[in-house]
Amino acid sequence: MDWNCNVEGNRLLVSIRGEIDHHTVQALKAEVDQLCQRHRIKHIILDFEGVDFMDSAGIGLLIGRYRYTAAQGGLTVAACVGKSLRRIFALSGLGRLIPVYTTVEEAKQSI
Amino acid sequence: MDNEMTLIFPSKGPNVAFARTAVVAFLLPLDPTVLELNDIRTAVSEAVTNAIIHGYGNKTGTITLRCTLRERRIVITVSDTGAGISDVQKAREPLFTTRPAEGCGLGFTVMESFMDKLTVTSRVGEGTQVRMEKELTGQREEEEEGERDDE
Repeated sequence: MDWNCNVEGNRLLVSIRGEIDHHTVQALKAEVDQLCQRHRIKHIILDFEGVDFMDSAGIGLLIGRYRYTAAQGGLTVAACVGKSLRRIFALSGLGRLIPVYTTVEEAKQSI
Repeated sequence: MDNEMTLIFPSKGPNVAFARTAVVAFLLPLDPTVLELNDIRTAVSEAVTNAIIHGYGNKTGTITLRCTLRERRIVITVSDTGAGISDVQKAREPLFTTRPAEGCGLGFTVMESFMDKLTVTSRVGEGTQVRMEKELTGQREEEEEGERDDE
């Protein structure tokens, strides 16, 4: 798994590629948390376009970032959630907390 | 087709990906649907992750992954000889976690939802065995269903 993080004002865009599991997600969480503190990030967009597998570690990633942005009065949103990821998204019930958009552009416009 | 395999590997993080990929490769000759394969590899990922994190914690132990195929019924067992679970019923409750900083408590819920049957047997100090079963229907309609938006 690899990823790109782009800070855009108080917004952080995280584009993830590869397979998300408990082992691979740890370094990503650490980098996102560090950037959030350093740049006083309020909103996080997680772009799943390049993700072809995700287990519940991905749900943990989303819940943790949701808690952070909620505490800042901001939003965590997800974009480009592919077919293979939708079942675990639905199972987690995260849709009530974290809006999902078809494209990154739509996600950006929502914030 | 009847078939079986056993993998024995150390409880190291990168082996979670290895285990789920091996199970997918084992099942491919049966031409399962993308949805079925995704369900199974997600369940295997959860079971092996649990064995590493909860079974062995900071220590490294051995995980045994067994797959048995009878016709189109796959039985997967993931066993460790680690810490064991004191209250299996509690551990299986959705959102229950002993490590809130690391997990979201959905591991067993995912295994239960994505497979047809889940059995967990555990003894404190001796280890845990997770047994999962699924019938591969190969019906493409299911896949079409999976393509619909869940929202």
